[in-house]
Amino acid sequence: MRQLLAMTGLAVITLFTAPRAASAQFDITGSYNTLLHEDQPERIPGPALGDYSGLPINDYARAFAEAWDPSRLTVPEHQCRAHSAPYIMRGPLNMRIWDERDAQTQQVLALHIDISNFQQRRVIWMDGRSHPSASAEHTWMGFSTGEWRGDMLVVTTSHIKQMWHRRNGLPQSDAVRLTEYFTLHEGVLTQVTWTDDPVYLSEPLLKTTNMRRNARPLPAQQLLYPCTAVVEIADQVRGAVPNYMPGENPFLKEYGAEFNLPEVATRGGAATTYPEFQSQLKGAGRVRNAPQSGRP
Amino acid sequence: MTPAPRVPAFVVILALVATAIASSVATTVGLTAQSAPPATPALDTLPVHGQVSLITGAGGNVAVQVGPQGVLVVDTGLEARADALIGAIRRLAGDRPIRYIVNTHAHADHTGGNLKVAAAGTQLVAGNFAAQVGDRAVQGAAPGAFIVAHENVLNALSAPKGGGAPAPFGGWPTDTFFQDERTMYFNGEGIQLVHEPSAHTDGDVLVFFRGSDVIAAGDTYVTDGFPGIDVAAGGSIAGVVESLNRLIDLAISEQFTEGGTRILPGHGRVSDEFDVVEYRDMATIVRDRVRALRQKGSTLAQVLAARPAFEYEPRYGTNRAWTTEQFVGAVYASVNQPAGTVSTTRGGNR
Repeated sequence: MRQLLAMTGLAVITLFTAPRAASAQFDITGSYNTLLHEDQPERIPGPALGDYSGLPINDYARAFAEAWDPSRLTVPEHQCRAHSAPYIMRGPLNMRIWDERDAQTQQVLALHIDISNFQQRRVIWMDGRSHPSASAEHTWMGFSTGEWRGDMLVVTTSHIKQMWHRRNGLPQSDAVRLTEYFTLHEGVLTQVTWTDDPVYLSEPLLKTTNMRRNARPLPAQQLLYPCTAVVEIADQVRGAVPNYMPGENPFLKEYGAEFNLPEVATRGGAATTYPEFQSQLKGAGRVRNAPQSGRP
Repeated sequence: MTPAPRVPAFVVILALVATAIASSVATTVGLTAQSAPPATPALDTLPVHGQVSLITGAGGNVAVQVGPQGVLVVDTGLEARADALIGAIRRLAGDRPIRYIVNTHAHADHTGGNLKVAAAGTQLVAGNFAAQVGDRAVQGAAPGAFIVAHENVLNALSAPKGGGAPAPFGGWPTDTFFQDERTMYFNGEGIQLVHEPSAHTDGDVLVFFRGSDVIAAGDTYVTDGFPGIDVAAGGSIAGVVESLNRLIDLAISEQFTEGGTRILPGHGRVSDEFDVVEYRDMATIVRDRVRALRQKGSTLAQVLAARPAFEYEPRYGTNRAWTTEQFVGAVYASVNQPAGTVSTTRGGNR
């Protein structure tokens, strides 16, 4: 199986990386909406606490998530946090892409992406500039540069703020580096993300997301997402950081119990992302004794 | 039985494509990185916001405010890097005079260049002070920038605890304060010096450039390691957490907890409020764990064995100058101390 995949992969590599005329580039500008058929339970209702399945996380990431209390999002300084670049495109969003050109040469200097989700703006520099120094600030969207490889746009992003790989507390560090591959096929923009996080991932995290190109431009109102932090808990003390002491998070087994999954499968890790992992599941014990949680 | 999630073939294929591409990039980067770095790396100057820039590579971070009245320098790095720092300031500010140095605390990687940087500057003098300066005043200017700091910095530099050698006299603060706050107005903006009584040391100040909207945090906040707590110099975990919360109080984000007030750590990269929030969360969680263990009667060895900062170790525990064990040890030693005495009314010098 692995040999077949490797051979197929080499063939596709050749296909994608063979020199092509610049005219093969597609026009990426326009308006898009996300298509949410893929991983819908994670992307819309949201992941359950303790669901780390399918992610190549390490022990540090798992420990971080197990201490994470969702109530932390009630703290005013956490309320308006945005998703970061490796995560935001998977959310429900409207998106508009336009290019910025040199007035004299008409060469594309940058691609701009307005994302309705958390009102984020990405700038992908196409003029060959280098990434900033290590001392420069980090942002949700990071610093991006792009290049065309045939009819595939490849975007590299650094300087991304700390956020999460999954919005149930699994952390993404500020050392993360994102590589994206954009292709367009019959009006569907496909984004393949390759996420390297030397702090919290033991192997790269690979995801795909599809977006449909709109025939008509989006009304401006569909690109708005205001946020204002408020006091949600009246007696919350200044500096509150809701968290669980190690081993005291009561919600971690809910997910496995609800879906009758072996605990080892819910814990994530690189091994769980490979087909061979299925053989380890035979005979693995299911999650038992889940606490009362209020989930239906 | 629910089967394990299968990886779609096209994802695997694209992964292989990306692997090949990433490998070629990694190889290039690796070859580049094999070039031996210079023994003393060049200083890096980065515009931050408004009139404030950041200079890194001099030891601790150095914030430089440049305006029509001259130059104000927050911290002066290591003594050995002072000449390079002066050169970087000159490149940034031209011939504008260095008028003030502000020290965020007493450690040598932040005050070591005081003597040389002060000597490279001048200060306006008049009246009685001009008479004291005497012949040293030339056209209303006396050699040497003023050095502003909390009085505990002067104490630490002039009479170090433990009997160490004092810093050179010319590097001592010339203008100290003992209140919770000191204010200045320079280059058209108000500057608040907020004393944090027991954080990294007992003499920390946050330097808030209100017009530029930049805070130089000194070593109460760093991005390259766990919070430094010099317990022997009056530091404590409670004070560190308090100073981080004060930074969050002072900072105002522009949108979605991003942008707005920029915060310069004592070491590391330019930050904003949310960077400090994540760091505060970490410091608070580790404090809570160590305190709980200590309340149960755990010894330091037992606390270290429990690894209360475990999930943060790969991010902050790689700093050889301040290890995870040193941090946890400092938290253990100071976790029962209060944050220090802070009056509820600030602005005592006005």
